[in-house]
Amino acid sequence: MKEAAQVEQVKHTKPAPALDLAAIRARLNGERGQHYWRSLEEIAETKEFQEMLHREFPAGASEWWDGLSRRNFLKMAAATLALSGLTACTKQPTREIYPYVKQPAGLVLGEPLYYASSMLLGGFATGVLAKSREGHPIKVDGNPEHPSSLGGSSVWMQTSILDLYDPDRSQTVTHWGEISTWALFLSDLNDLLLEQAARKGAGLRFLTETVTSPTLAAQLHDLLKRFPGATWHQYDPITRDNVREGARLAFGEFVETRYRFDKAAVILALDADFLYTHPERLRFTRHFADGRRVAAGKKEMNRLYLVESTPSVTGTMAEHRLPLASSEIETFAWEVVRAMGGPVRMANEQPLSKLQTKDGSPWIRKEAVAQWLAALVRDLKQHEGASIVIAGEWQPPVVHALAHWLNQALGNAGKTVDYLEPTEAHPINQLQSLRELVQDMESETVDTLFILGGNPVYTAPADLQFGQHLAKVKRSIHLGLAQDETAGSSTWHIPQTHYLESWGDARSFDGTVSLMQPLIAPLYGGKSAYELLGAMVQQQPIRGDYEIVRDFWRGQNFWPDFEISWRQALHDGFIQGSGAPPKQVKLKADLLESLPRGGEPASGGITVEPAVGSQSAKQETAFPQVSPRSFKVLSGDIEVNFRPDPNLWDGRFANNGWLQECPKPVSKLCWDNAILISPALAQSGNLTTGDVVELSLGGRSLRGPVWVMPGQAPNAVTLHLGYGRSRVGRVGAGVGFDAYALRTSAALWFERGGKIVPTGQTHLLVTTQAHHQLGSPDREVYRSGTLNQYLANSSFVKSSVEIPNMDETLYYPDEYQYAGYKWGMSIDLTTCIGCNACLVACEAENNIPVVGKDQVHRNREMFWIRVDTYFKGPLDNPEFDHMPVPCMQCEHAPCELVCPVEATVHDSEGLNLQVYQRCVGTRFCSNNCPYKVRRFNFLRYSPYDKPWREPMYNPEVTVRWRGVMEKCTYCIQRISAARITAEKENRRIRESELRTACQQACPAEAIVFGDLNDPDSKVARLKAHPLDYSMLGQLNTRPRTTYLAKLQNPGPQTDQGLGGA
Amino acid sequence: MAQIFGKSSTSFARASLVGGVSGFFGFWGLVYLIYWSPYTTNQYVPREQEVPFSHEHHVAGLGLDCRYCHTSVEKSSFAGIPPTETCMTCHSRVWTDAPMLAPERQSLATSQPLHWKRVNDLPDFVFFNHSIHIQKGIGCSTCHGPVNQMPLTWKAHSLYMRWCLDCHEAPEKQMRPKDQIYNMEWQPPPDQAERGAQLLKDYHVSQQRLTQLRDCSMCHR
Amino acid sequence: METIQGSEPQMLVQGQPYPVTPLGYPAEMIGAQETYERVSDQITDEPLHHPHQKLWLAGFTVAFLMLIMFGVAVGYLLWRGVGIWGIKIPVAWGFAIVNFVWWIGIGHAGTFISAILLLLLQKWRTTINRFTEAMTLFAVMCAGIFPLLHLGRPWIFYFLLPYPDTMALWPQFRSPLVWDIFAVSTYFTVSLLFWYMGVVPDLATVRDKARTKWKRILYGLGSLGWRGSARHWQHHQSAYLLLGGLATPLVLSVHSVVSFDFSVAQLPGWHSTIFPPYFVAGAIYSGFAMVLNLMIPIRRIYGLQNLITTRTLNNMACVTLATCWMVAYGYIMEAFMAWYSGDVFEQAMMRDRAFGPYGWVFWLLMTVNVIIPQLLWSRWVRTHDIALFFVALSANIGMWLERFVIVVQSLHHDFVPSSWAMYYPTVWDWATLFGSIGLFLTLQFLFIRYIPMISISESRELIAQRKEGRL
Repeated sequence: MKEAAQVEQVKHTKPAPALDLAAIRARLNGERGQHYWRSLEEIAETKEFQEMLHREFPAGASEWWDGLSRRNFLKMAAATLALSGLTACTKQPTREIYPYVKQPAGLVLGEPLYYASSMLLGGFATGVLAKSREGHPIKVDGNPEHPSSLGGSSVWMQTSILDLYDPDRSQTVTHWGEISTWALFLSDLNDLLLEQAARKGAGLRFLTETVTSPTLAAQLHDLLKRFPGATWHQYDPITRDNVREGARLAFGEFVETRYRFDKAAVILALDADFLYTHPERLRFTRHFADGRRVAAGKKEMNRLYLVESTPSVTGTMAEHRLPLASSEIETFAWEVVRAMGGPVRMANEQPLSKLQTKDGSPWIRKEAVAQWLAALVRDLKQHEGASIVIAGEWQPPVVHALAHWLNQALGNAGKTVDYLEPTEAHPINQLQSLRELVQDMESETVDTLFILGGNPVYTAPADLQFGQHLAKVKRSIHLGLAQDETAGSSTWHIPQTHYLESWGDARSFDGTVSLMQPLIAPLYGGKSAYELLGAMVQQQPIRGDYEIVRDFWRGQNFWPDFEISWRQALHDGFIQGSGAPPKQVKLKADLLESLPRGGEPASGGITVEPAVGSQSAKQETAFPQVSPRSFKVLSGDIEVNFRPDPNLWDGRFANNGWLQECPKPVSKLCWDNAILISPALAQSGNLTTGDVVELSLGGRSLRGPVWVMPGQAPNAVTLHLGYGRSRVGRVGAGVGFDAYALRTSAALWFERGGKIVPTGQTHLLVTTQAHHQLGSPDREVYRSGTLNQYLANSSFVKSSVEIPNMDETLYYPDEYQYAGYKWGMSIDLTTCIGCNACLVACEAENNIPVVGKDQVHRNREMFWIRVDTYFKGPLDNPEFDHMPVPCMQCEHAPCELVCPVEATVHDSEGLNLQVYQRCVGTRFCSNNCPYKVRRFNFLRYSPYDKPWREPMYNPEVTVRWRGVMEKCTYCIQRISAARITAEKENRRIRESELRTACQQACPAEAIVFGDLNDPDSKVARLKAHPLDYSMLGQLNTRPRTTYLAKLQNPGPQTDQGLGGA
Repeated sequence: MAQIFGKSSTSFARASLVGGVSGFFGFWGLVYLIYWSPYTTNQYVPREQEVPFSHEHHVAGLGLDCRYCHTSVEKSSFAGIPPTETCMTCHSRVWTDAPMLAPERQSLATSQPLHWKRVNDLPDFVFFNHSIHIQKGIGCSTCHGPVNQMPLTWKAHSLYMRWCLDCHEAPEKQMRPKDQIYNMEWQPPPDQAERGAQLLKDYHVSQQRLTQLRDCSMCHR
Repeated sequence: METIQGSEPQMLVQGQPYPVTPLGYPAEMIGAQETYERVSDQITDEPLHHPHQKLWLAGFTVAFLMLIMFGVAVGYLLWRGVGIWGIKIPVAWGFAIVNFVWWIGIGHAGTFISAILLLLLQKWRTTINRFTEAMTLFAVMCAGIFPLLHLGRPWIFYFLLPYPDTMALWPQFRSPLVWDIFAVSTYFTVSLLFWYMGVVPDLATVRDKARTKWKRILYGLGSLGWRGSARHWQHHQSAYLLLGGLATPLVLSVHSVVSFDFSVAQLPGWHSTIFPPYFVAGAIYSGFAMVLNLMIPIRRIYGLQNLITTRTLNNMACVTLATCWMVAYGYIMEAFMAWYSGDVFEQAMMRDRAFGPYGWVFWLLMTVNVIIPQLLWSRWVRTHDIALFFVALSANIGMWLERFVIVVQSLHHDFVPSSWAMYYPTVWDWATLFGSIGLFLTLQFLFIRYIPMISISESRELIAQRKEGRL
C-alpha cells in the first residue's frame, strides 16, 4: 500500500476545519416538516463540506493504485484490446470445446443444479441452497425450508461464494512456514499421538470456535476419553458469554431464549441488534417485518423501543430510540424493573440523575429520559403477554437477567418468548476457557495445541498475548481457511475446506440439525476438522468427512430406515423436527435480590483540554498532515465500545472484496473502519470525519480516523473489529486499523476511560453516500408517515404529487402494449432494514465487479441496486430511513431516447434492456437517467481473465468489458429461463417460479417482483396499495419499480429532548 | 519557361474524378463482400478435428439419431457434446484398434477430454437455447444444414445476427411438424405458407410472442 | 462633407488621423495607396519567401509541442479508457463534450462571414474571409475528434453510422447524437468546398509567381489548372455564390443540432427550448472572438494593416458585441424560466448554479463573457487592436466556461440527492484540452505559411471597385 499512501498524500493536504455542530443542531431543531439529510456537512452547508465532499485529488492525481486494480495493470490493456476485437471488425477466433470423459449422472449441461447445505457463522448453522453450473458453485441463497433462514440471506451468506474461490486462500500444508505435505503431517501426528498416549494426553489441548456440530463434538469427546489429560477449549471473538451467564443468573442453568417477534406488539431492545448480529437474525427479521407490514385492512404494527450506544441496523428500525452509553444501559434496565414494581436495591436512589447530563454531553435531558421511560413502561404494561424485552450480546449478564425477569413479569414467557435446550454442544464460558488455556500455555504445560478454525492470535483479547504464548507451545497445529496470523505462528498449518467443499453437520439456533454437503472437491486440497480429528483416531485407511458424518448419524439410529431418511435429510439440508422443544424453566425466586447491586453509573463529565504538542506526534505514518487546527484532547468519562464489523464480522472476511466494498449499513463507509464518535464529542474535540486520532484505553492505544456518527451516544466511541489484519490476502492488506489492540479480557465489549488525542493528520474515508448532499424535502423522493396518519387518510402519500397523463410524450403513447407479461417491482420502505443483502446478492448474480477504494472515491461503484440511507430529525438522535434503489425500468424511459446506437431499448414486456455489445459508451443514457441507477465501466473492472474468477461467473450473464454501460435488468436471465420452461409446457410463468436475486435475498421480504398483468400477483396487489408511490413520478417516466411509503408506529409520547438541545 | 502540366494532365484530372468516386464505393463494396464470404464466416469450411468424426457416416450411414450423442438438446440450452464414454459404447467393440480412434482410446485411458474445434460457435454475449427451438418446431438442419452429408462437419450458415433475425421475423417459414425435427432432408414444402400458419397455432406461438421474438432480450443479457 | 451636429468626427489610429464615416465609424475598406501589384506581391510573399521565419518557427514549435502532448493524452486514453478523466456517475460528460461544443462554436465564424456576409454584400469581409474559413475548418476538425474520444469504446464509433451491417441494425434516429454526426460532417464538407473554391484562383497566382519547380507543381496541382479565363471566372463566381447559399442554412443548423444534444434530455439546465438560438449566437460570438485573437497578431507581424483595415476590426467588434448581447439574453431567459416554471428542480438547478459549489465558475463566466465585452461600446477599444485582442480573449474563455457550466453543473446536482457529486478534471482532461488547442494552432501555422492567407483576387476586386468609385 506504499503507493496508496502516497496517493493519499497528494489527495488532501487541505485543512478540513471542524463543523459548527452547534449551528447544525440549531438549524435542525428549527426545521419544520420532514427535512431529510444525508450527512452532517450537508446540513451545515459549510464550504468545508464542499471540500470534504471530495477530498478529490487535485487535478493531476489520476492514479488508482489500490490493492485491486494494481494487480492487473498490463493485462487490462491487453484484454481490452482483445475484447475490442470481439465487437470490432475482426474474424471470430476458433475456440475448442472439451467434453466429459465420463459425464456425471443427473448433470444436464447448461442447466443449474441446486444443493441444500448449511453455512456456519459464530458456530450456528443457517440453511442455504447452493446453485451449481457444470460442477462449480456460482451462487448461495437461503434455504426456504430451513427454520433459521426461511429463504432469506445475510451479506455473509451471499458473499461466502467469493471466499470459496479466493486465490489468497491457504493452498498447502505448511510446517514452520515451509511448504509441507499432509503425509508428512500425518507422520508427525503419529509421533505426538504416541507421546500423548504415554502421558494420557496431559499437555494436549484443543481450541475450537463455538461448536454445535454433533459429529465434531462426539469426535472430541472420544478423544478426551482416549486422552483424559487433554482439554477442549472454545473461544469465539464474538462470544455469547453474556447470554449464557445471564441465563445462568436468571434460571440457574443455561437455556437459549427464542423470541417470537411475529407475536409481539411492543419490543424493548436493550442494546440488542437482533436483526443483524443475532444468530437467528434472518428468522427474526422476517417475523419482525411481518409484524410491521401494513397490508390492506391490517391496522396494527409492532412498536420498537431501543436503547443503544451506536446506531445499529436494528436501531434504524426503532420508533423510539434512546442513545445511551452501553455502560448506562444497566442502570436504565434497573429503572425499567423499578418502574415495573420490582424490588430494586440501587447503589443510589436516583440512578437516572447519574445519566449523562449537560456537563457530560450538551444534549440529553434526564427529565426527557424519565418521560421516555415512563411512556415505555406504560406501553409494556398495556401489552402484557404481547411484548418482548431482549438484551444484546454486548450487555453484561445482569442486564440479561433483568430482561428475563421483565419477560416473566410481563407474562411473555411461553407467549412471545420461550426457552430452549442450549444448541451448543459444549456451552461454557469461552473467555474463561481461553484464559485457562493461556495460563497453561504460559506455564508451558501445553505441548500440543490443536487450533481447529478461528484465528486466536489476531482475535484473542490483547492482554492475553495469545500470540506470544503460542510460541511457547512445542507443537501447535492450526486448521484454517487462510494463511492468517495464527497460521503464521503455528508449527503446522493445515488448509481447511470451505463449507461448500466439505461434508458436515451443525445445529441452527433453534437446535435443528443442519447438514453440509460439498458442491465441489476441495479446490486447494483442504481438510475438514472432521478429517483432522478422524486422522487422530484412525489412519488406515484415512476416513473422509463423508464417512465420519454419515457413520455418526447411522450410529444415532433414531431413524427406522437410515438410508431413506438420510437421503431425505441431505435433500432438505436439515433433519426434520430435530429442533429443540420449548423447555420449562423457573426464574430464581430472589433473582433481583441476588443480583449484584445496581451498576454504578458514570460520574459523567469529559475533560477537554487543548491538544498541546499533539502536532509534534508525527510518527512515520501513511497519514498526511493537515494544517493545525485548534484540536482538543478528550479524556475522562469516554466509553469505548467494540462491535463486530457489519461486513467483516470478526475479521474472517477481511479478504472478501464484496464485503470490503459493501457500504456499511448506516455510515455507508467502505474499505475502512473508523472510530465512530458522537457529534457532541466531535464538537467538544473540534474533530471532523477523517481526522486521525490516537485513542488510548487502559494503557493501550491505537491510531485511526474519526467518523462523526449521528445518533451515537454522546460519550460513547465505537470501534469495529476485523480490520488492520497483519497476515491477510491482497484484498484485505493494509485496510483499516486493528481494534483488537484495545480489547482486553476485562472488557470485551465496552469500557470507560478512553482518551482521544488528535494527531493533526487526516485519512481518506470513502463512502458511497457521504459524498452525496441532500435536497430540499419538496423533492418528495422519500416519503414516510405514521400509522395514525395512514389510518386517518390511507392515501396521504399520493396526494402530494400529480402524475402527468400517459400520452404526454413526444412519441407514441401506445408504442408498447405489454400484452404478454408486464414486469414490475414494489419495494416496501417500512420493512427494509437496510442490511445490504439485496446489494451483494445482485453483485453475485450479475457478475458485478469490485472496483476498489479509489474508484469508489470517484463515485464509480458498480452496484446495480444501492441502499440509500436518509437521516431525519435531530442530529444527536435522528430517524434513519433506508431506500433500496434498483433500475426503475421506466415505461417512458429517458435513457432509451438518447442512445444513438439503440444499445438501451424497450422490450415487449416493458424492460429497459441494456445491450452491452452494442454499447459504444456515450454515457448519454446515464446523464438522462433521473435516478442515476446506471453504472459505467470507466476502466476495465471485471477480472475476466483471472482463472480464479472465471468459474464463479454466472454463465447466464454477460461479463461486461471496459467502456460499456450496465444496470439492473430485473434479472432478465431468470425471466427468460422461466419463460422458456413455461413456453415448453405451453403455460404462463407461475409467480413462485420467478424471483429476482434481490427479492430472493431479502430477509424481510421487502422487495416483491412479478407480473403486473396478473391481477392476483402479489406485486399487482401491492401496486394497488394506497401507500404505493413512484419516485419522481411527476417526470412521467412511468417507473415499473415503485415504493410503499415508510410507516412508523410511534407511541403517544414524544421524544422531546432526546436530541433536541 | 516550360509548361509543367501537359495536355494529358487534363484527362488525368477527369479520370481521377471518376476513379476517386468509383474507388470509394468499390472499396466498401469489397469490404462488404469479404464480410459475407466464407473467409470471415467460415461457412462451408470443413473443420479438421483431432478425431475425423464423420456425421455423414454415423447419421446417413448408420442412421444414428442426433439425440444419441447430443443428449440434452431437448432439455437444455446446450445440445450437449458426447463424452468419450458414449463413443466407446460402440467403439469398445467395433474398430477397436483403428488408428484414427487412437485419441479416443487415449482419452478413456488417461481420462483426459478430447479437444474438439467448435464449428458452430456463438460469441459469449449471445444466449441461444436449443431446447425451445426444438420444442417450437425448428429442426436441426434449419441452422446446422445437411449434417448427414458432412464427412467433416462444417458451418452451414453465417450465424450472423441478420441471419438469425431473418427467421425470428418470420419463424413460420421454417417451422416443421414435431416428427420432422430431426429429419435432415426436410425442406419447406410448397404450401409452407398455410402449414406454417397452422403450425404457429399448434405450437401456441401467439402474435405477441412473434413480436417478442424481435426483442434484443431474446438473445442478449 | 455634412455631418451630424456639424462637427467633424475625429479619429486617430496609431497617432495618425483616420478617415471616418459621418457617423464616426472608421471608413477605410482597404489601404488608400494599394494597387493590384502591391496586393499580389504582399500576399504571395509569405507562401513564396517566408518572411519572419524565426517568429514563425518559434510559434510553430510551441504549437507542435502541444500537439505532441495531445498525442500522448489520446494514446493513454485509448490504452486505459475514459476512466483516466474526472468523469463519474452522475457527471458522465466532462471536458470532452465541453471542448467539443466550444470548438464547434468557434467553427461558426468562417461560414458566417463567407456565406451570410457574402449574401448581404458586406465588402469588408473580403480581406478576412479566407483566414476565417481556414480557422473554421481547423476548429471543426478539433471538434470532430472529441465525440470519438469521449466514447467508452471509440473503436466501434461506426455503430453510429447508417450502413448495411451484419446485424440488421441501424442507428437510433431519435437520438440527437446521430443528428450531430450528419450536421457536423455536412458542415465540414461544405465549408471545405467553399474555402477551397475561394483558394483556387490564388493558388494559381502563387503558382505563376513561384520560382522553384516543386512549388510550381504543388501549387499547380492545387489550382486545378486555373487559367483565369473569363469562362473560369464566370463558373467560379456562380459556384461560389451557390455554395454561399448552401452554406447559409448550415451556419444556423449545426449549432442548433448540437444544442439538441442537451435540450432533448430532461435534465434541469439542459431541458430548455431557448437552446438552439442561444447556442448559435454564442457560436458566432466565440467564432468572431477567435478570429480576432488570431488575426490581430498576424496583422501586426505581417503588417497587413493596409488590407485588414481598422474598419474591418471595428465591424467585427460590433458583431461580437451584438452576439454578446444575444448570449446575455439567453442567460437571463434561463434564470427567468427557472423561476417562472415554478418547477422545484429547475429552481434548485438555478440556485445551485449561482450559489452552489460551482458558483464561482458561474460568476466568472458572467464577468468575462458579459461584463468585460461591454468595453466594445467604446470606439477606442473597437479600433485599438491590442485592447480588442484582450476583450476577444476574455470572450473566448467565457464561452468555454459557459459550456462547462451547462454540461458539468447541470449534471452534478440533478434529481435524486443521493447521487449528487462534484466533478474535478484530472491532468488528462487538461492535457486533452490544451492538446487540441495545439492541434488547432499547428494547422493554423501551416496554413499561413503555405496558403495565401488573404484572398488576392477579392482584394484586387476591392481596388477595382475603388477605382470605379463603387466603395
